[in-house]
Amino acid sequence: MAKRAAPEINAGSMADIAFLLLIFFLVTTTMDVDTGITRKLPPPVENNDEDIDVKDRNVLKVLINSHDRLLIDGKPGDVSQLKQIAIDFMSIHPGDESYPEFEPRMIEELGLERDMSKGIISLKNDRGTSYDMYITVQNELASAFNQMKDELSQQLFGLKYAQLIDQKKIKGINKALPVRISEAEPEDIGGN
Amino acid sequence: MSRFKTKKGKGSPAINTSSLPDIIFMLLFFFMVTTVMREVSLKVKLKLPQATEVQKLEKKSLVSYIYIGPPVKSNLYGTNSRIQLNDTFANVDDIQEFVAKEREDRDEADKKFITTSLKVDGITKMGIVTDVKQELRKAGALKINYSTRKGRDKK
Repeated sequence: MAKRAAPEINAGSMADIAFLLLIFFLVTTTMDVDTGITRKLPPPVENNDEDIDVKDRNVLKVLINSHDRLLIDGKPGDVSQLKQIAIDFMSIHPGDESYPEFEPRMIEELGLERDMSKGIISLKNDRGTSYDMYITVQNELASAFNQMKDELSQQLFGLKYAQLIDQKKIKGINKALPVRISEAEPEDIGGN
Repeated sequence: MSRFKTKKGKGSPAINTSSLPDIIFMLLFFFMVTTVMREVSLKVKLKLPQATEVQKLEKKSLVSYIYIGPPVKSNLYGTNSRIQLNDTFANVDDIQEFVAKEREDRDEADKKFITTSLKVDGITKMGIVTDVKQELRKAGALKINYSTRKGRDKK
């Protein structure tokens, strides 16, 4: 019997099939990167009556009402001022009674002793506040802390905070300038 | 002379396309590997607020999402913001159960790294967001991320 040559498979349509699959995956791919402001919630309190006493001078109260208006430490304010006020509040002002207390603390990661402000920014919002406004305020406060971290990093290492690679340095700066934002327990004031 | 020229110009050689499938396959594999299939279909409108101080969310497998916004079918469900968990609308009470379920799906070692991403529409009132946050606190899901778009540097 004569040996029949195996017929060659026509591979011309292979490209078409591959194209089809390619287009399917192209369409279904979502390449968006999720970004956002990361925060840590406080653990739930067991005893509601137990109030932690914080001195008045140590707290910067930021209130947002249902009309998205700001009250910064008892005075009506604008979002654009908030960053500067927050930085000013969290900075160390020796001998000034109207600013928060501070105490020196050793930060091992940086190998130096630093005055740590005891200030807390207290954020309180109404149930009727819009989420847009809330994020704007959170963003301003985050940007205030980021600027302070940048300044400290610049001063110690000559680099911006975001440019730091050494984990120890990053940890040290985070320890020296903790994000002290407290969100008040929600209260039902009534009326949305 | 001129006859000779035209003859030569006409017969352009066919381009060898035998490596075309290989190239296409290469692209195909790239997209196959990078593709993340959409897990849920959104039932709420989401126009995320913008912020400048954003951080990237790493490790998508350790993120669980909660969507809050006005329903897409406003004639059916109204215009008030609703919570969406997975593929259905949910109430605030369902969140603890949802968190417990999300935790069960993850490895034991990863459980404490779960981040809850809040995807909330900008016009939503804070009341519902606060309720959700309180429930998350009770459920012990303390790491949260307010999902925002990057942008707007108003100065």
